[in-house]
Amino acid sequence: MLIPVIIAVTFVLFVILSFAPGDVVKTILGDEATEEQIAELKHELNLDQPLLIRYARYMMDACRLDFGNSWTSGYEILPEFSRRLPYTLLVTTLSVLFAVGVGIPLGIASAIKEHSILDYGCTFLVMLLASMPAFWLGTLCQILFCLTLRWLPVSGVGSWRHFILPSIILGASTLATMIRMSRTSMLDVIKMDYIRTARAKGADEKKVLYHHAIRNSLIPVITQIGISFAGGIGGAIVTENIFAIPGIGVMLVNAVKSRDVPVVMGVIIFVTIIVGIINLIVDLICAVVDPRIDFAS
Amino acid sequence: MNDDLLQIEKLNVEYITDDAIVYALNDFSLNVKRGEKIGLVGETGAGKTTLALSILRLLPKKIGKITSGSIKYESEELLDKPESYMLGLRGRRISMIFQDPMTSLNPVKTVGDQVLEVLNLHFPDLSKEEKNAKVDEIFRLVGIPAERKFEYPHQFSGGMKQRIVIAMALIAEPELLLADEPTTALDVTIQAQILELMKELKEKYNSAVILITHDLGVVAEFCDSVAVVYGGRVVEIGKVEEIFGNSHNHPYTKGLINCIPDLTSTAPRLHPIAGRMGDPRIKVQGCCFADRCPNATEKCKTTPPPMVYEGEHGILCHLYSKEGA
Amino acid sequence: MPKKKNKKPLSEYSSWELIGYRFKKNKLAMLGVFMLAVIILVTLLAPLFIPYEKVIEQNVRQKLQGPSLEHVFGTDELGRDMLARVLYGGRISLLCGIAIIAIAFIFGAIIGGIAGFIGGKVDTVLMRIVDALMAVPPALLAMAIITALGNGVFNLVIALAIAQIPRFARTVRSSVLTLRNMEYVEAAKCYGSSSMRIIVKHILPNGIGPIVVAATLTLGAVILSISSMGYLGLGVASPTPEWGTIISENKINIRYYPYLGLIPGLCIMFSVMAVNFIGDGLRDAFDPKSKN
Repeated sequence: MLIPVIIAVTFVLFVILSFAPGDVVKTILGDEATEEQIAELKHELNLDQPLLIRYARYMMDACRLDFGNSWTSGYEILPEFSRRLPYTLLVTTLSVLFAVGVGIPLGIASAIKEHSILDYGCTFLVMLLASMPAFWLGTLCQILFCLTLRWLPVSGVGSWRHFILPSIILGASTLATMIRMSRTSMLDVIKMDYIRTARAKGADEKKVLYHHAIRNSLIPVITQIGISFAGGIGGAIVTENIFAIPGIGVMLVNAVKSRDVPVVMGVIIFVTIIVGIINLIVDLICAVVDPRIDFAS
Repeated sequence: MNDDLLQIEKLNVEYITDDAIVYALNDFSLNVKRGEKIGLVGETGAGKTTLALSILRLLPKKIGKITSGSIKYESEELLDKPESYMLGLRGRRISMIFQDPMTSLNPVKTVGDQVLEVLNLHFPDLSKEEKNAKVDEIFRLVGIPAERKFEYPHQFSGGMKQRIVIAMALIAEPELLLADEPTTALDVTIQAQILELMKELKEKYNSAVILITHDLGVVAEFCDSVAVVYGGRVVEIGKVEEIFGNSHNHPYTKGLINCIPDLTSTAPRLHPIAGRMGDPRIKVQGCCFADRCPNATEKCKTTPPPMVYEGEHGILCHLYSKEGA
Repeated sequence: MPKKKNKKPLSEYSSWELIGYRFKKNKLAMLGVFMLAVIILVTLLAPLFIPYEKVIEQNVRQKLQGPSLEHVFGTDELGRDMLARVLYGGRISLLCGIAIIAIAFIFGAIIGGIAGFIGGKVDTVLMRIVDALMAVPPALLAMAIITALGNGVFNLVIALAIAQIPRFARTVRSSVLTLRNMEYVEAAKCYGSSSMRIIVKHILPNGIGPIVVAATLTLGAVILSISSMGYLGLGVASPTPEWGTIISENKINIRYYPYLGLIPGLCIMFSVMAVNFIGDGLRDAFDPKSKN
């Protein structure tokens, strides 16, 4: 399932990225480049070949794990990506853990205590977090906690303390999603007939909650965690740039700015594969939690 | 020894929603004796399910409210009892079978675990083996192979699920079983099977049963006595023979009986009850059936009718009161 | 408690009137409408009280001045009037957002509509492509397109619009598919309703709901994306103002001159919040069952 999608994705990306190749060569060489130089570079980068041939070559190289070199800086793409990926994965994972760890209990609690102060507080928090741009929140928090109060390091990746603020900032919007989803889901579940059945059996509120309600209410939330993880990698691009974390986000933004086609291509393909794997894992978890999902499919 | 198991007196229940107050039960009174099988008959919305939930004190929180009245179970007033007392009662001494087996089982737990949970809650002293043996036995009794207890609800058909719900309700051998339209959501052939099962089990367990239904046929087959419910009140109560084999009926009961198709009769058509059930948001001054009653008089619209008894057969109607209508 | 009587009972409202009624009853949604109306009005009418020149006019002698009567929002590092920049920046943020949604909506509707109505092989092929595009996080897809097209307002709009098309196509297709076989459509046909009447009375209110809701909620996300791209230097480039770009160009000064960051940030936040309130209100109005 994953492989045809990857092939389709690479092809679509290849088409998109080959839209303005002439421009790119000029960008690399600068304005003073002669026609010959341009033609020579085009030949060197195989840009004078038809699209399908270039795609076939790219895929054949990719099968040998050769994703080419950066046009502007010359580095090999795969090793550079592998060197940077751990930082991005770390920040993203921490952010999702933060959002899940704080958001699900808050969401469930506000569903159980519907219309309480806690519930209204959570709703307000969700509204705020969902409408704040991460780069803005990040910049403000960086100024407050790192520069003014000096509680945390400003930027870089020296120690574990470097990752606290970036993870929280990146997790902020996921946190909003988690609170909202688990609250809604819990509210749906406690209206279900089987919750009434459990009460009629003589189970107290705690047992009803822990044995019957929570597991059911988590099923839609788990799917959302997968989606949020994918979104988190996208959001990490911004966070890495605020806190100068040497992850793939910085690599991608620099590549987009210098229109470094093979780097953009490579990074997006890798990220898509990672996202696909994460969704696969999430599906498996769903199948474990929800017996109605058949393992085979 | 006191023969009365459950005594409900002048129970009033309201549902408070954003737009209105719904008067679900109005001065509802009912007595259930030990081992008695009583059918609660009436249209949708008459307050039958509300009654069952009130007995268990499981009305939807914040919305449903018992405003006055009394529910005595073995002479103990349930409405004064703390929640902890109710926990010991529910599922152990009073249990309930719900209308829709499709949604009454937790989809993420095996059916065996869900039945076992009742034992875990109420018989914590039994050993694991004893509990499992009991679960296996009840599965056999309701006609499901015990090895299927490791399966999940979605792997069962509707009728099978209802068997599991029945197993869950009976495993603690309760003194009172509230069966809320246990066959309504099922296919006709399955309905017959479930009814057959319930009749078999009624012989084995001597529980009292309140069978909530709108099917008079089911009542005639299963119950000793009948309470006809209309507009949140019992309008007629008596032994099955007294209700069905009698011309002496509440006009509403007559209407209900006339609605049963009789294959032997040559009557060209059924006689539906005219009009619709009254708006439960309005408290009625006189008789709640007055608007639809063919025999209604001015008095019916203004004065609440008395319950007129003839032996154990009671009718809530001016027609039969001593003063006459 | 029983509330005040309506002019007529709810059962006599048409489905459109009911949707409007439920929307108007939603306080947050009405607040959102009010907030958005104010923001749009103020930014649209900006040329009436501040000429565009103020946006780019530099005046180093007046740099980094706090809010005052002359410069209500203060000035930035280059002495440019922040009020002018924020107002004109808002025009770009909001107009781009609406343009992106419009483009994504139109193309999504075409693709999804074709897939849903024709079905068969066309549906399969279109949906495979949509699946492939959906597998890429939208932010990354937009970046790929910007790499191909280069920087600039126009390219940003195209990039973000294309990145949203797959989701719209999906929503439209599923609406078409579910509605085509709905029982109430069958019922309406049996009653002898004309096709036009079926479409207006039954398909539109039920089918357009998810699409309008998706469009509104995506608008909020898109406004955030535009400003994020601006912040990263991949979107609207200085000196053209855009809320994200303004925050980016003032990054180093925000610590000591907080108004430089707070004002444009709050503008983004309130716009997105207003749009989200409206979107949530629409969702509840179109589908009261989804309300918790």
